[in-house]
Amino acid sequence: MKFLRIKAIAKKELIQIWRDPFSLAMVFVMPVMLLFIFGYAITLDVNNLTTIVYDLDRSSSSRELVAKFSESGYFTIIEHIDDDKDIDKYLDSGKARIAIAIPADFSKNITTGKNPQLQVIIDGSDSNTATIAMGYISAISELYSQRLKGIKITPVIDPRVRVWYNPELKSRNFIIPGLIAVIMAIIAALLTSLTFAREWERGTMEQLISTPVKGPELITGKLIPYFLIGFIDMAVAVLIGTIIFDVPLRGNIFLLMAVSSVFLFGGLSLGILISIVAKSQLVASQMSMVITFLPSFLLSGFMYPIANMPAILQIITHVIPARYFVAILKGIFLKGSILKLLAMDVLLLLIFGLIVFTVANRKFKKRVI
Amino acid sequence: MNERVSIKTLNLTKAFGDNIAVDNLNLEIKKGELFGLVGPDGAGKTTTMRLLTAITEPTSGEAWVAGHSILKEGERIKEKIGYMSQRFGLYEDLAVMENIIFYADLYEVPQKERPRRIERLLGFSNLTPFKDRLAGKLSGGMKQKLGLACALIHTPEVLFLDEPTSGVEPVSRRDFWRILYDLLKEEVTIFVSTKVKKSLGLPMVEIWSDNARMATDIIREIDGVKNVSIYGERLHITLEKKEIIDEITVRLNSEGLKVIDSREILPSLEDIFISMVEKK
Repeated sequence: MKFLRIKAIAKKELIQIWRDPFSLAMVFVMPVMLLFIFGYAITLDVNNLTTIVYDLDRSSSSRELVAKFSESGYFTIIEHIDDDKDIDKYLDSGKARIAIAIPADFSKNITTGKNPQLQVIIDGSDSNTATIAMGYISAISELYSQRLKGIKITPVIDPRVRVWYNPELKSRNFIIPGLIAVIMAIIAALLTSLTFAREWERGTMEQLISTPVKGPELITGKLIPYFLIGFIDMAVAVLIGTIIFDVPLRGNIFLLMAVSSVFLFGGLSLGILISIVAKSQLVASQMSMVITFLPSFLLSGFMYPIANMPAILQIITHVIPARYFVAILKGIFLKGSILKLLAMDVLLLLIFGLIVFTVANRKFKKRVI
Repeated sequence: MNERVSIKTLNLTKAFGDNIAVDNLNLEIKKGELFGLVGPDGAGKTTTMRLLTAITEPTSGEAWVAGHSILKEGERIKEKIGYMSQRFGLYEDLAVMENIIFYADLYEVPQKERPRRIERLLGFSNLTPFKDRLAGKLSGGMKQKLGLACALIHTPEVLFLDEPTSGVEPVSRRDFWRILYDLLKEEVTIFVSTKVKKSLGLPMVEIWSDNARMATDIIREIDGVKNVSIYGERLHITLEKKEIIDEITVRLNSEGLKVIDSREILPSLEDIFISMVEKK
């Protein structure tokens, strides 16, 4: 490997990116755009659930219960109805997603010591929201009945659940670090996936392979500028995550960037490999999307916990580098993890990078056909 | 291999499936020679170039360039040759100087020799005023000269030029050849490919006659006619000298056949194919 040649290729590549507005936009604007789109679009938090109340009891107790619901902030009471047929109307039209029906004997049951009943109807067409809403509802009724018990001393187990790392259970806090990992996985492969294919298409590769330049020099030279760009993209993503999305960065920023470099090496090498195999820009960009986008999004554990997946998919996730990077970023952001705890994941990323880099070098031949 | 031999091939063959692009090629080219590989499109010129520049592997046979085997020492060959592919192979989004320096780096041209060499290359190619212009903004002729400058930056022993002057206007073409002749004086071997043109040596004419078939037999008898073939109402005739066309006209007229029109043409691939088949 000759330093002079690597430098020449890196410099040439950087000039080409700099002079091409499309490339520039792709390398700097795209990751930011993806982060904003997905960062705002993907939220698992449920609030402002439109709710109607059908109160047949009309007592101070029932009003108190309703007040508990609206005070929680998760439910927005949009209407008090007098006719049970209206429940259908509101839920069918989607104007309301939840209906709370309080039976006429609600307060009577409380005073006589019977179990008061409460009917809640939830629009289950969005099962995710419905499940979360159910959790809120049972929590609120639980709180309310505890208050009713008041002075009565009933020895019950009282679990005090404390959520660590993300005490407010803000879904954004765990989505954004994972999202940064997924976006970087996509961007890294996409950045380099065009470099070799472009040279084959434009006919510059034929000239290049007639010179004494070595394959590893060419690959390394092409990696360097994209590595710098990937590093900048990563830093920008972290800044947006912490400043705009307000995600806490509890770990060490230097550790974060160092681990990201290991990941970038693998991701960029994967793009190079794709570019070498594909030989056309169109095929290369499509391949890199298919290889990185879907697996990173669905199988990295970024949104859907790996533990909930079928066994076969769980096995597949082990070969997806984004899986480790998602775990690492969540760890550093939310838990303030130190290197010792992440060592295994980092090592696996490094091994992935080295394998892909080696395969790319093997696959590249200084031959036309 | 003889010290004086620059390129030697031994039964060099390249097949793409059933299609044999280069068939048992044997040739020997001495140092400082200008060798022209002439043939129509699809004759295997580019494949031959790629074999000799070690960017394509032969199916069988062997060749040596600048003393190295294309099979075993392809990378050594690449240090000693300059190659200009048929398609413009430089970076259009890089300036003239940036392209030259890029190739100087790849060939590891020593820093202290660079100013002198670059000045000379830009000088003879008249590219000095355009050194900061993007390569993509150059005219066809200037692009070719830039390609040549980049291929010469490391003063190669052998220069391979694949159809260097196709699509280049005549003045630039003349300049280009002048540069090549200067290089020959420096003992550079030049291997150049070109399409079949008038440069074949034999002129070719096309005539229109009102009875082509009858005319064919008459023309065949005339001295200096190499070949006659019928193209619809026209005849394609290969002649030793262009002037023979006058004699043909006279002879046909005396036989009662009228020559409606005649003109000099470039041989088509078909013409060449027919002439080759007839030779066999």
